[in-house]
Amino acid sequence: MTWRATVEELVREFRASGRIVIVGASLAGLRAAETLREEGFTGSLTIIGDEPYEPYDRPPLSKQVLKGWVPADHTKLPRMREVDADWRLGVAAIGLDRAAKQVRLADGEQVPYDRLLIATGTRARQWPNPDEAALDGVHTIRSRDDAEQLQKELAEPPSRVLVIGAGFIGSEVASVCRELDIPVTVVERGSAPLVGALGGVIGEIAAQMQRDHGVDLRCGLGVSSLEGDAAGHVRRARLSDGSTVDADVVVASLGSIRNVEWLEGSGLAAGFWGVGCDAGGRAFDINGVVTDSIFVAGDVARAPHVLYEYQFLAMEHWDNAVLGAEAAAHNMVNLEPNYRPHLLLPGFWSGQFGVNIKSVGVPPFGDEIVFTQGSVEERHFAAAYGHRGRIVAAVTFDHGKWLEYYGKLIEQSGPFPPPPPGWDQPPDVKPMPAEFPDPRVPTAIPDVVLTGHAPSERTAEFRPRHR
Amino acid sequence: MVEETPWQQALRYANRANPYPFYEELRKTPVARQPDGTYVVSTYREIVALLHDPRVSSDPRKCPVAAGTEDLGEPAAEPIREALTEPNIITCDPPEHDRDRRTMMPHFVGPPQAPHLISDLEPDIRRLVDGLLDDMKGKTRIDAVDDFAYPLPVTVICKVLGVPLEDEPRFHHWIETALDALDFGPEAASEEIRSRQAGARQAVQDFGQFAAELLDRYADQPGPGMLSALVNEDGPEGRMSKGVLASNALLLIFAGHETTVNLIAHSVLTLLRHPDALEKLRRRPELIVPGVEELLRFESSVQFWHTRSALEDIDIAGTTIPKGAPIFLAYGSANRDPERFTDPDELDLERRDNQHLGFSQGIHFCFGAPLARLEVQVAVGEFVRRVQNPRLVEDPPPYRHNQIFRGPRHVLVDIDGIRD
Ligand SMILES: Cc1cc2nc3c(=O)[nH]c(=O)nc-3n(C[C@H](O)[C@H](O)[C@H](O)COP(=O)(O)OP(=O)(O)OC[C@H]3O[C@@H](n4cnc5c(N)ncnc54)[C@H](O)[C@@H]3O)c2cc1C
Repeated sequence: MTWRATVEELVREFRASGRIVIVGASLAGLRAAETLREEGFTGSLTIIGDEPYEPYDRPPLSKQVLKGWVPADHTKLPRMREVDADWRLGVAAIGLDRAAKQVRLADGEQVPYDRLLIATGTRARQWPNPDEAALDGVHTIRSRDDAEQLQKELAEPPSRVLVIGAGFIGSEVASVCRELDIPVTVVERGSAPLVGALGGVIGEIAAQMQRDHGVDLRCGLGVSSLEGDAAGHVRRARLSDGSTVDADVVVASLGSIRNVEWLEGSGLAAGFWGVGCDAGGRAFDINGVVTDSIFVAGDVARAPHVLYEYQFLAMEHWDNAVLGAEAAAHNMVNLEPNYRPHLLLPGFWSGQFGVNIKSVGVPPFGDEIVFTQGSVEERHFAAAYGHRGRIVAAVTFDHGKWLEYYGKLIEQSGPFPPPPPGWDQPPDVKPMPAEFPDPRVPTAIPDVVLTGHAPSERTAEFRPRHR
Repeated sequence: MVEETPWQQALRYANRANPYPFYEELRKTPVARQPDGTYVVSTYREIVALLHDPRVSSDPRKCPVAAGTEDLGEPAAEPIREALTEPNIITCDPPEHDRDRRTMMPHFVGPPQAPHLISDLEPDIRRLVDGLLDDMKGKTRIDAVDDFAYPLPVTVICKVLGVPLEDEPRFHHWIETALDALDFGPEAASEEIRSRQAGARQAVQDFGQFAAELLDRYADQPGPGMLSALVNEDGPEGRMSKGVLASNALLLIFAGHETTVNLIAHSVLTLLRHPDALEKLRRRPELIVPGVEELLRFESSVQFWHTRSALEDIDIAGTTIPKGAPIFLAYGSANRDPERFTDPDELDLERRDNQHLGFSQGIHFCFGAPLARLEVQVAVGEFVRRVQNPRLVEDPPPYRHNQIFRGPRHVLVDIDGIRD
């Protein structure tokens, strides 16, 4: 038998009788499992999840579920196909032994694997003072249970809700409160809502939007402590300027923490920013060497992105979990040269205060912004972000149908400012500083563009610039 | 004589039943300049790019050629457009387009305003379809257009909009007259088409008059349906002017039945030509949902659209479409583009990743798509289930004249009977 035939035989055999373990039974885990079966993997598949529930969808939790439109237990993810798998739900993975190729579970069991997918996602950052975090009425939102409990309390209704942190989730919670006619105070340490994700210029618009809807928005301030009543229910918050806010529900939306603790000692490049992997989802070890048998997808993954100067991006977005999982799963049952990169343009959507906010690309990668279409006053607009003369991201407020256009420009490393539209131009189309809190130092590399349109065809191409 | 371009050949009436070989030729030049200065775009990727390009206008008033300020080619001689004084959502750009569409949307579909409006029509649609099939009992030959495809959408759109069904024969006549004069091919210059144009202009004017009167009636006395609501209720952005509303009413009456009629007719025709697919659908009725998407791809109800133009020079696929040039987007061709769809000329009811352009894309994505989908799913699903041993009598059947809304005039089918 030739060497090539032997390898092909091994792949066939692995597909027929290999053992794959997926840790993390949520969006990325489920989509990966489906893709594995789709790609003809008939071996044993074990899916481990620490939550007791079948995979469910998180975006509705801070939207429809909080509003009371959809019960928290009606968010189960639709199944795209049969997945014949051994589901171990309600039990956490607590360790990984790469030498023995085993995942250690909290119940003491060891699960052997030939290939492993890490899809453990992130969890909500808790209010840092544990005693205060334990007060009744103090919440974070990540899980079904979180959303269910918070929804119940919002239905009471509370006299005032305090939201700490005005990122996307915090802003969505504030929006739901206003829709339910509940007084709400939002405290944000930065200069405006959404400023980390979209910069100060858009942040100002978001701030105005919140104020127009009656949110008591306090920016440039922190919450220093939470105080409870005798019964242990939160009643008041003390802010860094010495003022206080009386509230009986507090939602801490302080960002997320990657679920990597169980990988300690495994020798993988896992840490605060996630698990490092290549663009095909193959995990790196701490030496920066790519592994053959361990893959990563979803919120917990962190991979270099060709369009963003090969910076390792962690994308906490729904699309990223789905497409990253599909690419990783494909690569788990294929060999070079049939590997597929996961070259998604990051994208995000959020609904708040009656406006559909969407972005494509990586806005914080830009240092300039220009309004390209529509009207800021009417909150129907598109804006593009630029970095060194090229477009790197775009954001739309109720103008989502144009995102595809900007996405194409970004993929093609199009110019910034982009070509002016023929109509519906805002009066001022001059680029201005985007006002991100943390500007980066640019490095000099040629432009990279994405080519191909089907996920399996997408590759990168260098197009050195001649100026 | 100069040889005709593939596009001109595709538009010839003689090729109406099968324009696809010409489309195939056309796609070799994804953006093809025509002798009249029109740029015809025929490949999927390029059409999608232009549908999302804000330098492309949908407003014929912004296109010097189409607006008739330059005597270049036939698009100027379009009677429907001339007869309409106000734009509708399909012939205007943002911000007008967005505002009017936003005003109309809540009265039609679209969560959160009216999430159940369309799905609540399903029982009615089923009853209608059942009735039409019941009426075929005892017949051995039916016309899938006149007996089936036509009556359903007309009845439904009248109900949704609040247009009296009694008026249907009148606007049916107006629409036919207008469409028969609307020609984008080499035959547009013929005596016959030219002679039809005066009549078409009159028909559209009469139709406009009819819509205006109907709206006036609803202003006096509100009634059921979307038009009355638009006349009488303030949306978040105020009320539409009467002229704009009348123009949009025409668009909806027109689009609401023309395209759906052709889609149902083509679906029946296509399934009869593909007995395996028909049998599969009979065995697995749940395939009707992806199946209708495939039928939409396979025989797009709107073969191309013709009101777009370039507001700037646009570089695409190695060509520059110059500022001011009319752009025709050939959906019917894009939907058979092998670069996008594997084996595009095969009918595959289970096709995956079937993002066809049967309803277009971008901001002008078909307003009526959810309604059309529901109607066609019910109609075709029930036809397949209930009609016994259907056989095409004539293939290809006679086609209607118009190229945009391409469809068979009659589809005669021999049947053994109608199941309950
Ligand atoms: C409230 C909310 C709203 C959102 N809204 C949007 C939105 O509008 N748009 C958007 O694009 N994205 C949104 N997101 C983000 C989106 O939900 C995530 O990107 C997506 O869920 C990521 O999927 P994942 O499978 O990678 O991770 P997760 O969904 O976090 O799943 C990881 C799973 O692994 C489990 N797990 C963790 N550690 C272990 C362990 N050691 N052993 C076993 N199991 C473990 C976790 O409990 C969890 O079930 C939202 C997220 C939240 C929380």
